[in-house]
Amino acid sequence: MTGLNHTLLAAASDTAERYDSLVMFINILVVLFFVLVIGATVYFMFKYRRRHEGQRTSPVKHNFKLEFLWSAVPTVLLIVMFAWGFNDFTALSQTPSNALPIRVIGKQWNWTVSYPGLDRECTAEMTDDGGAETEFVVPVNRPFTLKLSSEDVLHSFWIPDFKVKKDALPNRYTGYTVTPTEVGSHRFYCAEYCGANHSRMAGTVHVLSEADWQLWLDGKLEGMPNCKVDPSAPDYAPKLFVKYGCAGCHSTTADQAVLIGPPLYGLDTKGEETMEDGSKVATDDNYIRESIEYAEKKRVAGYAGKNMPVFRGRISEVELDALVNYIKGLDDADNGPTNDGTDSE
Amino acid sequence: MATTTVEGATTAHDHSEDVDFYRSSRGIKSWLLTLDHKRIGLMYLAGVLLAFFAAGLIAIIFRAELLTPQIDLLAPATEGGATVGRELFNKLFTLHGAMMVFVFIIPAIPAALGNFLLPLMLGAKDVAFPRLNLLSFYVWLVGTSILVVAVLVGQLDTGWTFYTPYSTSTHGAAPVILAVTGAFVLGFSSILTGLNFVVTVHKMRAPGLTWNRMPLMIWALYSTAVIQILATPVLAITLLLLIFENTFNVGIFNPAMGGDPVLFQHFFWFYSHPAVYIMILPGFGVISEVIAIHSRKHIFGYKAIALSSVSIAIISFLVWGHHMFVSGQSEFASALFSFLTFAVAVPTAIKVFSWVATLYGGSIAFTTPMLYGLIFIFTFTIGGLTGLYLGTLSTDVHFHDSYFVVAHFHYVMMGGTVIAFIAGLHHWFPKMFGKMYNETHGKIGAVLVFIGFNLTFFSQFLLGANGMPRRYAEYDPHFQPLHVASSIGSFILAAGLMWIAIYLVRALISGPKATANPWGGASLEWATTSPPITHNFHDTPHVDSDPYNFPEIDHSIKTGHH
Repeated sequence: MTGLNHTLLAAASDTAERYDSLVMFINILVVLFFVLVIGATVYFMFKYRRRHEGQRTSPVKHNFKLEFLWSAVPTVLLIVMFAWGFNDFTALSQTPSNALPIRVIGKQWNWTVSYPGLDRECTAEMTDDGGAETEFVVPVNRPFTLKLSSEDVLHSFWIPDFKVKKDALPNRYTGYTVTPTEVGSHRFYCAEYCGANHSRMAGTVHVLSEADWQLWLDGKLEGMPNCKVDPSAPDYAPKLFVKYGCAGCHSTTADQAVLIGPPLYGLDTKGEETMEDGSKVATDDNYIRESIEYAEKKRVAGYAGKNMPVFRGRISEVELDALVNYIKGLDDADNGPTNDGTDSE
Repeated sequence: MATTTVEGATTAHDHSEDVDFYRSSRGIKSWLLTLDHKRIGLMYLAGVLLAFFAAGLIAIIFRAELLTPQIDLLAPATEGGATVGRELFNKLFTLHGAMMVFVFIIPAIPAALGNFLLPLMLGAKDVAFPRLNLLSFYVWLVGTSILVVAVLVGQLDTGWTFYTPYSTSTHGAAPVILAVTGAFVLGFSSILTGLNFVVTVHKMRAPGLTWNRMPLMIWALYSTAVIQILATPVLAITLLLLIFENTFNVGIFNPAMGGDPVLFQHFFWFYSHPAVYIMILPGFGVISEVIAIHSRKHIFGYKAIALSSVSIAIISFLVWGHHMFVSGQSEFASALFSFLTFAVAVPTAIKVFSWVATLYGGSIAFTTPMLYGLIFIFTFTIGGLTGLYLGTLSTDVHFHDSYFVVAHFHYVMMGGTVIAFIAGLHHWFPKMFGKMYNETHGKIGAVLVFIGFNLTFFSQFLLGANGMPRRYAEYDPHFQPLHVASSIGSFILAAGLMWIAIYLVRALISGPKATANPWGGASLEWATTSPPITHNFHDTPHVDSDPYNFPEIDHSIKTGHH
C-alpha cells in the first residue's frame, strides 16, 4: 500500500537531527538511571534475601548526604533536559525568509495540501472504504512552513520521519517550519482523534531533489502526483464557487432558496439589473468582475444591508476568469453547485 | 529504642469468641445499609473489580482486532463494513478508557482498600462520617451507571478525553454532557470520600499516633484526599459550561459559535492531570508499606517520602498544560508547563530511590505482595523515566498522541497503580477476609502478569517511537510485528489476571485461616483480629513508636550519623 520500508525511523529533517541528539542524551540518562535503580534492586534482592526467620536487619532510616545527592543530581540533569528541549522547540516556530509556504487543511477524513501562488493543490478523495491517501511533494534542503487549519474538528499533522507535529484547529491557524534533508518518501498521519475513519486520514510526502522539484514545478516530473489545478476542467469553476463561499449566499438556479445575496442565474438573458438607487446597469463581464472584487460598489435593489467581502487580491486572475464565465453561463435551467454535492462525488 | 507495643495486639486472642464484622449481622440489608467502613470498602472492592474486568475484556477485544493491519474482526462483511468496524473500534477504546480511569483506577485504592484500611491504620472505630461514607458508595454507583449508559446509549466514540468540537458536534452534545455528568458524579463521590478521609486523619488518630508516626499509606491517602477535594470542582465547572453552551447557544468551546476548542482541553486537563496523581499517590502508599514490612526494615527516608507526596499533590495542579504542547497553546505557556513537569519528577524520583534504599540491609521475603512490590519498582521506573521524553518539549512534539504515550501511561497507571493495587490486595487479603491464598499460585500469577504486562506495553514504546499514532483502528503493515507482540502480551496478561481471580476466589472458599498478623506488620491494622471485629479494636490502641519499627531491626549497628 505504501511501498515504504523503514524499520527504524530515518532522521529525515533538520528537526529530526536535533531530535536525535537530544533523544540520545535522554537515552543515556534513562539507561543509566534504570541500571542504577534496577541493578541496586536486584543486587539487594539477592544479597539481603531472607535466609532464616528472625534475620537481623539494618537500623538505617535515612542518610542526609545520600538523599541530598539523589535530589540534587536529578534536578540539575532535568534542568539541562528542559533547556535543551525548549531550545529545539522554539526552532519549529522560526520561519526563514526562503521557506516554502504550504497550506494544509484537514477535514474528516482527508488532507488538502496546497501551494499558495503555485496553483497546485494535492488532495485525495475518500475511497469507498473510507480511506484517503493524500500525496504531496517538497524540495530537499529547503525549509517549508506549514499553515494548518481544519474545516471541522481537531486534527493533527504528524510526519514521524521529520519529528514534527501540530494540531489543526477549526478556529485559528497553527503551523511549523521544518527542513527535509533526505530525498525519499515519508508517511504522515492524522494524530488527533477525529472520528470514524481517523486511522485512514494519512498520506505520503515525497521529498524531491532540487532538479526534480524544478521538473515538478514545470509539470514534467513523472511518477509523482502533479497536483496541478486544471482551469479547463468542467468542475473547476463550480468548485471555486463553493470554495470561496459564494454558494452560501447566492442561488444559481431558480429552485434554490438562498437569498442572502442576489440570485446569479439568468443574468446574461436579463441583460441588466436594477440597483438600489434605481439606476440600471448592464450585466456584462466587467459588472460581474467588479461585483466579485468590490461588491459594495454597486448594490442590487432589495439587498440593502447585505454585505459581501472584498475579493480583490484574494483570488487569482485565472480563478476570476473562470468564475466570471461560470456565472455568465448560469441560466434558469442550469444545475448550479451546492454546498453538499462536491465532497461526495 | 522502644519496640512497638500496641494494646489491642496482646488482647486480640483473649476475645476470640467475639464475632468478626462479617458475622456480626447477616442478610443483604445489613450490607446495603451498612455504616461499617470495612463493608463499604468491600462493596467498593467488588464494584471496582467488576469494572476492571469489563474494561479489561474490552481491551482484549480490540487488541485481538489489532493483530492485523486491516479492520476485520469488528467489521461486518457488508459494503461500508470497514467504516462500521472502525466506529465500533472507536467506541470500544472509549469505553475502555472511560471505565478504567473514572470507574476503576480513581476509586480502586482510596475507596476500596483505603476505606477498609484507613480507620484500622489510625486505630479508629470508623471514619469520621460513616453515613457520608455509605452515600459516597451509592453516588459512585449512580455515577458509574450514568457514565456507562452515556457511552453505550449515546454511542460515544470520542475517547475518554471528550475533546471538543468532535465530542459536541458529530453526535450532538447530549451524550458527552451525560458522560461528563457521569464523570462528575463519580468525582463527587471521591470528594465525599476525600473529605471524610481528611477529617478522619485530623481528628481520629489513636492516642500517640502523631503525624510523624502515621503509616505512609495514610500520608498517601491524605494527599490524595486533598487533591480530590480541590480538583474535582473544576470538572463541575466544565460540565456547567458545556450545558450552558448547548442550552443558551453561547460559544464557549464550539468554534462555530465563536468558542475555543483548546479551552476545553485546559478545563479537561486541569481536572484530569491532578486526577492522575489521585490515581498514583495511593499506589505509592501501598508500596511503602509492602516493601518495608516484607523486608523487615524501617522505611528509608520516611519524611522525604511523606513530604514528596504532599509536594506532588501541590505541583500536580500546575502541570496540566503538558498534555497540550502541540495543541496550539502558546510556546511560552508550553515552556512553563514543561519546566513545572520536570519539577514533579524530583519528588517522584526521591520516592523510588527511597524504596530501593529500604531494601538495603533487609531480610527480604519473596512473598506474593513483595513480588508485586518489586514488579512495581521495575515497571514504575520505566514509566517514570519514559515520562522524561514527554516532558521535554521538542521530543514530545514527536511522541505526542503516539503509542509511546499510550505505553507511558499504562506503565504508570497499570504498571504503577494497578500493580500496587494487586500488591495491596495480596498484602491485606488475610486481614480483609481472614483467609490465606496459596503462595505458589500467587507467584505463578505474578510471573504471568510481569511477562504479559511488559510484552504488551514495551512493544508500544517502540511502536510509538517508530511513528504509530494512537487510537488507530487500522495501521500501516510495517507496524504489524510489534502489534502482534503487544496483543500476545495482552493475552498473557489477561490470563495472569484471570489466574489471580481464580486462586483468590478459591482462597475465599477453602483457603486456610489467616492469623491476625501473618507478615509481622507493626502498624495498627495488624493489631486486631483477621478479619477485624465490627468496631475494629476491643480497646483503644495506644501508639508509642513508629509503624516501621520491626523486632528484627538490629539497633546495635551504628548507622554512621546522629
